[in-house]
Amino acid sequence: MSADNYYVPAQSKWPIIGAVAVFLMVLSTALMITGSDTASIFFILSSCLMAYMMFGWFQNVIQESQQGLYSDQLNRSFRLGMLWFIFSEFMFFAAFFGALFYVRTLALPWLDGEGGKASTALLWPEFSSTWPLLNTPDPEKYPAPSGVIEAWKLPFFNTLLLVTSSIFITISHHKLKANKMAAAKTWLALTFLLGFTFLCVQIYEYIHAYQDLGLTLNAGIYGSTFFMLTGFHGAHVTIGSIMLLVIFLRMTKGHFDKVDSESHIDNPDSDHLFAFEAAAWYWHFVDVIWLFLFLFVYVL
Amino acid sequence: MEIVTRIIQLTVLACISVSTHSAWELNMTKSATAIGREIHGLHMTIFYVCVAIAIVVFGIMLYSIIRHRKSLGATAKPFHESTVVEIIWTTIPLIILVVMAIPATQTLIAMYDTETSDIDIKVTGYQWKWRYEYLSEQEQGIDFFSTLTTSQDQMIGLETKSENYLLEVDNAVVIPINKKVRFLFTAQDVIHSWWVPELAVKKDAIPGFINESWTKVEKVGTYRGQCAELCGQGHGYMPIVVKAVSAEDYQAWVKEQKSKQLNANKVEELTMEQLMAQGKASYDKNCAACHQVSGLGIPPVFPALKDSPIALGDMEKHIDIVVNGQPGTAMAAFGEQLTPTEIAAIITYERNAWGNNKGDSIQGAEIVSFKQAQGQ
Amino acid sequence: MTHSAAPATGIKRWLYTTNHKDIGSMYLIFSLIMLLVGGTMALLIRSELFQPGLQLMQPDFFNQMTTLHGVIMVFGAIMPAFVGMANWLIPMMVGAPDMALPRINNWSFWLLPFAFSMVLSTLFMEGGAPNFGWTFYAPLSTTYAPPSVTFFIFSVHIMGISSVMGAVNVIATIMNMRAPGMNYMKMPMFVWTWLITAFLLLAVMPVLAGVVTMMLMDIHFGTSFFDAAGGGDPVMFQHIFWFFGHPEVYIMILPAFGIVSHIIPTFARKPLFGYHSMVIATSSIAVLSFIVWAHHMFTVGMPLVGELFFMYSTMLIAVPTGVKVFNWIATMFRGSMTFETPMLFSIAFVVLFTIGGLSGLMLAIAPADFQYHDTYFVVAHFHYVLVPGALFSIIAGVYFWIPKWTGVMYNEAMGKFHFWMSFIGVNLTFFPMHFIGLAGMPRRIPDYALQFADFNMVASIGAFLFGLSQLIFVYNIVQCMRQRGCPASPEVWESAEGLEWTVDSPAPYHTFQTPPVIK
Ligand code: HEA
Ligand code: HEA
Ligand code: HEC
Ligand code: CUA
Ligand SMILES: [Cu+2]
Repeated sequence: MSADNYYVPAQSKWPIIGAVAVFLMVLSTALMITGSDTASIFFILSSCLMAYMMFGWFQNVIQESQQGLYSDQLNRSFRLGMLWFIFSEFMFFAAFFGALFYVRTLALPWLDGEGGKASTALLWPEFSSTWPLLNTPDPEKYPAPSGVIEAWKLPFFNTLLLVTSSIFITISHHKLKANKMAAAKTWLALTFLLGFTFLCVQIYEYIHAYQDLGLTLNAGIYGSTFFMLTGFHGAHVTIGSIMLLVIFLRMTKGHFDKVDSESHIDNPDSDHLFAFEAAAWYWHFVDVIWLFLFLFVYVL
Repeated sequence: MEIVTRIIQLTVLACISVSTHSAWELNMTKSATAIGREIHGLHMTIFYVCVAIAIVVFGIMLYSIIRHRKSLGATAKPFHESTVVEIIWTTIPLIILVVMAIPATQTLIAMYDTETSDIDIKVTGYQWKWRYEYLSEQEQGIDFFSTLTTSQDQMIGLETKSENYLLEVDNAVVIPINKKVRFLFTAQDVIHSWWVPELAVKKDAIPGFINESWTKVEKVGTYRGQCAELCGQGHGYMPIVVKAVSAEDYQAWVKEQKSKQLNANKVEELTMEQLMAQGKASYDKNCAACHQVSGLGIPPVFPALKDSPIALGDMEKHIDIVVNGQPGTAMAAFGEQLTPTEIAAIITYERNAWGNNKGDSIQGAEIVSFKQAQGQ
Repeated sequence: MTHSAAPATGIKRWLYTTNHKDIGSMYLIFSLIMLLVGGTMALLIRSELFQPGLQLMQPDFFNQMTTLHGVIMVFGAIMPAFVGMANWLIPMMVGAPDMALPRINNWSFWLLPFAFSMVLSTLFMEGGAPNFGWTFYAPLSTTYAPPSVTFFIFSVHIMGISSVMGAVNVIATIMNMRAPGMNYMKMPMFVWTWLITAFLLLAVMPVLAGVVTMMLMDIHFGTSFFDAAGGGDPVMFQHIFWFFGHPEVYIMILPAFGIVSHIIPTFARKPLFGYHSMVIATSSIAVLSFIVWAHHMFTVGMPLVGELFFMYSTMLIAVPTGVKVFNWIATMFRGSMTFETPMLFSIAFVVLFTIGGLSGLMLAIAPADFQYHDTYFVVAHFHYVLVPGALFSIIAGVYFWIPKWTGVMYNEAMGKFHFWMSFIGVNLTFFPMHFIGLAGMPRRIPDYALQFADFNMVASIGAFLFGLSQLIFVYNIVQCMRQRGCPASPEVWESAEGLEWTVDSPAPYHTFQTPPVIK
């Protein structure tokens, strides 16, 4: 029953549910932020709807995949889709990195009276620019942090964690291709654990920053860029971890076994591992972003 | 329905009214500065180049539209590839562009040369007025605001529109001719842009940063411009008027300004009627843009003052918000913009207008002591 | 695996559909509605500007109209129309059974009505709709914005998700679903331009999402990206915005180039001249579009080198665009032309887009832009490239392909009438804006000094003429949709080339379930 034609699903209720869920989530977030009390309930409800949609949609896809409806060509579509989606995520981070570079190389020197807009110093006579920014032009409005997080301590440890995890997931991939399911599962679990540890360390670091260093979102542009970059990265690690978890569960259910008893796929290497590979790509992407972060946010 | 009748009225009006204004302007304003003339020249050059290109391109197109139509029995010649032609029509435009870029670069470099100025003026954009502070030694201390004077009645058509409708201010900025004047642009709240076409100066005024630009006017005259960056509802109502005067006239003006500046903080005792009258005038001019003539504001961004807890409450708090403003909102600190007498009049007016009927009043002297207590 | 050959019935057909033709139709109808909504706002703007003085609305409401008009036209009318065309045409042009990811496709579409309901709902919120222009410069859009800005930000996020997913789909379709034998250099121009557009979308929509996220954080969570007091810079907003914004304007014109590259050869009865150079030119435009963004910011006080760099790079774009224009003209040259409605709109496109392009080139000359910037000269420029540019190409494309979509030929006489009314209207509206701009009228003002009165009146009259003539268009295509009119043959046009003309008119619900063979 292998797929000759490109499989076009007939009808699906998931996308419209997804659209409604996104809309309601966003709407209730906006309402919450602008001060509505009841919106949080809607947020929870719409998150449930979102989860339901994802669950249903993915289940559909998994079933179709199990039934062998997916041709090589269709798997290539998935791959292209994932690849270019990740590219767009890159560009999202690029905006924040761009902001970081801009303030460091242009805005702060100008505020300090250097470069092309030197007379700006007339407005901020007290201010002198440093990086990390330990004073702000208007300390009353934006109280500067008293210290910064040292790169070569916890962040470096975190770097090791993520790099190792990237290696682990590659090992897991190889094991999977060699059909060593137990090993593959173990390495995947380790990857997940490293990711999870990373998140814990990150949370610890945030608490430290807020409580001991006065490094907050409100601490001027250093705090702004620091938290936005690391925060969005952390959010992506969380998503990646969930993906790993799902893949792990699917492995347990035997979705990636070499010869599937129901469908008769006999060449699992390239195709039906897509879900695993997508998660792995995402994980590598998160890792690469972190390397940039480590370099530009912590070290330099 | 009101709108519909309005539209009909206006259409009729427009059709019967004879134009009250000068000849049609088709081209860029001629400038009163050397840089401005260079820009104008540049503009004309590129314009002619574009016209020439357009004539050639559209000419060929028109020719084939007229000649190569099926109804005239034209048959298609299926040629569709020619590297030579492609190279030609890549190269020629490239050359044209390079030729255009050279004078453009020269002009730009000249515009950026803000060194060695004779007079420095700091220009600050506010929602919706301009502030001019003279920085050079001779004029030290000259510091004033410049606000639109066109009346509300002219805008809504109750009064005929004056010649310089929307382009007239209370205090023009005065500069001498044939001197290099450097402007330092910044803003208090949002981004504005200071633009006087005839001086060929347009520069954004950015809160927290200072941009520089310069001009050297050659002819005595009054030059009018407008804010050129969307800055909120009053964006169309913050014009710029520059008076370029001879050296002698300039000296006289400086003297006059300095003595005015000395008298600025003199306060006089006013009666309740005087306070209310002056208060209404100053309020309509300075506050009504946000809080509206009716005192109803535009909630939630601009609060109503009618029945406002502040306008009906503690006097101290009321003075405080008018004098010091509310940082981070559009409510500016008026302590530095208005005289104590004006502030006192406005506050009195606010507490007694629109049915606020608080009944109390305040004098300029009390504003002065309030400011002194705050160390201003 | 086969699926039901006929479409489902009732509302479910549209809500649950995975069919590229259904989704394409929904996109197109959605964008038409948005065009009418955004156009109505434009007509309100033009009514207020008919005469000096404040007649119909408060300045703040005027700003809301300007903002919503820009946002709705750009994100609601032009972009979805092109996505709709992509949906209908790309699978048929490359010989694919559907888009690569049909469910994602449905999702991309259905996000849009929600996003725009949210945008329009801001009109009824306390403090009114966004009033800071479609470019929403900080801090007017952050610290000084009405509360509805939060909803605006989130709807931009939704639009972003929709566009990114749509672009991913287009890329996967084009890269993966071409019929055997259709290599890249055999792809129809529309497919090529959309492939490049999709990459632009992927690269810049996330940046837009990033910048509105920074706004959100500045407004509600105390960050200082755009506040000098904390070390940020309002101008940084503009850099990030225009890094998105400039490629965005090419997103709105590249598919237009594609459409015109189909129509002109058809009615000139000649193959497109310089196919290869067209592909190269389109790609160069796309690449260059990433390094020209600050030509929107010549007056913000950039350092001289920046100013010069952006001036030169912007001027360069004229070269590949010129190549395209010349190729179209060479295609017409010595052809055997007829002038049906799609061709009329395409010819008008070439002429009027070029006029808009040439005024763009004038704007690119930085010293001169100090006089043009933020005046009606800019408004004239971008309406020339957007209205008789992007919008005319869409109209041309609809006339060209609607017989294929509905199986019914539109009414030619009415189409021609629509063309001439639009052509006159559009020039009457936007040509005088060059003059008032040069004479010194700033953009985004509800009232103006007396010397600008005459031409504003002309522009307003033109706007109503242009706007009302679009009703002819609406009537004409609704008739086709209701199957009123002569049935169309599969080829429809005498010498149209391409796979889409090999299937029946109307195109069957499913096409190319087994890929066609390309010679
Ligand atoms: C579809 C949309 C579209 C397109 C295609 C373009 C195309 C171009 N635009 Fe335009 N532009 C906008 C939409 C678009 N623009 C919008 C929306 C704004 C305003 C945004 C806002 O502020 O709200 C804007 C604003 C804008 C500005 C900022 C003005 C200001 O605010 O001060 C500038 C400045 O350089 C500019 C330049 C150009 C140039 C050089 C091109 C070039 O690509 C044009 C190239 C084409 C030609 C030149 C014609 C054909 C060529 C030939 C026939 C060859 C021979 C020619 C020569 C050798 C000269 N545009
Ligand atoms: C992308 C496309 C696009 C399109 C198609 C248009 C179309 C039009 N636009 Fe523009 N416009 C922009 C994009 C566009 N615009 C942008 C980006 C801005 C900048 C915004 C900013 O400054 O932030 C702008 C700004 C702008 C201004 C400047 C506002 C200002 O600076 O204050 C003006 C002024 O005249 C204007 C006018 C028009 C007119 C008359 C049309 C006409 O072509 C419209 C024609 C009308 C219709 C097509 C509608 C027909 C409807 C009916 C007849 C009613 C029927 C109604 C129902 C059935 C409900 N537009
Ligand atoms: C540019 C807009 C603007 C102008 C001009 C302006 N205000 Fe305000 N005003 C505001 C805003 C915004 C607030 C709300 C501040 C806040 O959020 O606390 C405010 C608040 C106030 C309040 C407090 C009202 C309350 O109930 O909270 C008073 C009193 C006031 N303004 C008086 C004045 C006076 C007097 C003037 C003129 C001399 C003036 N304002 C001009 C924008 C403006
Ligand atoms: Cu100030 Cu516009
Ligand atoms: Cu641009």
